[in-house]
Amino acid sequence: MTQMLASRPLKFYGEGISYLKKTESKGSLIVVEGPDGSGRSTQIDMVTGKLEADGHAVITTGLKRSELIGAGILEAKHKLPLGKKTLALFYAADFADQLEHKIIPALHAGYVVLADRYIYTLMARSSVRGIGRAWSHDLFGFAIKPDLVFYLDVPPEELFHRVFQKYGSLDYYESGADMGLSDDLYESFVQYQRGIAKEFRAMETKYGIVRIDGGKAVPMVYADLQKRIDDYLRNLRNP
Amino acid sequence: MVEGIDGSGKSTQVHLLDKWLRSMDLKVFFTEWNSSDVVKEITSKGKKKALLTPTTFSLLHATDFADRYERNIAPLLEAGYFVLADRYIYTAFARDVVRGCSAQWVRKVYSFAAVPDITFYFRVPPDVAMERILEGRPKLKYYEAGMDLNLSNDEYESYRIFQSRIVEQYESMMQKDRFAVVDGTLDIEEQQELMRRHVMPLLPPEIMAKQQRAARPEAAYR
Repeated sequence: MTQMLASRPLKFYGEGISYLKKTESKGSLIVVEGPDGSGRSTQIDMVTGKLEADGHAVITTGLKRSELIGAGILEAKHKLPLGKKTLALFYAADFADQLEHKIIPALHAGYVVLADRYIYTLMARSSVRGIGRAWSHDLFGFAIKPDLVFYLDVPPEELFHRVFQKYGSLDYYESGADMGLSDDLYESFVQYQRGIAKEFRAMETKYGIVRIDGGKAVPMVYADLQKRIDDYLRNLRNP
Repeated sequence: MVEGIDGSGKSTQVHLLDKWLRSMDLKVFFTEWNSSDVVKEITSKGKKKALLTPTTFSLLHATDFADRYERNIAPLLEAGYFVLADRYIYTAFARDVVRGCSAQWVRKVYSFAAVPDITFYFRVPPDVAMERILEGRPKLKYYEAGMDLNLSNDEYESYRIFQSRIVEQYESMMQKDRFAVVDGTLDIEEQQELMRRHVMPLLPPEIMAKQQRAARPEAAYR
């Protein structure tokens, strides 16, 4: 019944990585996007459990987790305010490190890579801060096109309550505090998240992002997500 | 902006240019490649571990450049400063491409940077540059020698191959990016004179007139 998986060529958004020796893989790259408090990590945990139970090797990656520069990003944030492009490039460097040291090797080894955020969050953050979409798109010309991209959409007002309940405070950048949107932190958060959500809508068609209503109960969101992933994986084996 | 391989003499020349401009009371800002405090620590950490892929390496240098650009270069240019840069975007274009990055991609990444009024390119045969480098510093640094590219196990051989490939890249940009070529094998004084002649038209008119009189003493008697 299950057929041997065929290797598929890695696809890139732009110029790709020309020095890459192996340009095919049997793995899959599945991205879950969404703001803090949208339930990304909960969903990823549940999906991981199910996929592993089904016999898939799964690895999860996220932004800001690279050993090389991850810590540096956090330090830099607190010292001097960094310029928009500087920050965007910093995150891109960190992403490149993870892509080449973690994601690509895992894909080559046939893993299902579940990415807790990907380039879209980075592009959305840049865009709301006034960086041109075209430049961001070009910047990530070396990024692999994922097989599936989900966006957990939750209204900003609801996010605010979730984040506050969980952490008791708001993250500086996630609430757009660096942008001087409003003196009122709630207002600033809502405006910022609205801007991010708008960017995601603008990216939907171009990048094939599937929007999922993240405002629903966790089991319902999960059922939707898991079904789409299962369908995709089944289709890979029985095209 | 000055460009050229290690040991091409560009740093000496840009220093002299800096001195000259300051002696005329002009507002000058000097900036060096890979020198942002914020980025430096992180880059060197990665460099030590020899873990950087060409793309990451390229992006970290771009981050460094962007930090200096957003913090200093752009606002100072707007304020009318003379900005002198020891290495500019062309260094990235040359090095990153030799390391295997796409030339188109690197140019897009740096597309936010202003095109310099003058880009001095110091042309020196790699052997001459190598001699100069080895005089001062007996040991070559890992990335400087291009050891990450596995060109050769011998670091001097690797350096020679790496630098000559960079020279190829510079040469291919010379026309398109309108480099003002300086023969780096000339005497230091000759090179500097040539550079000052190039910069002269950029000086404020009253200072330019004064400089021209000084450069041609016979004209001053008329």
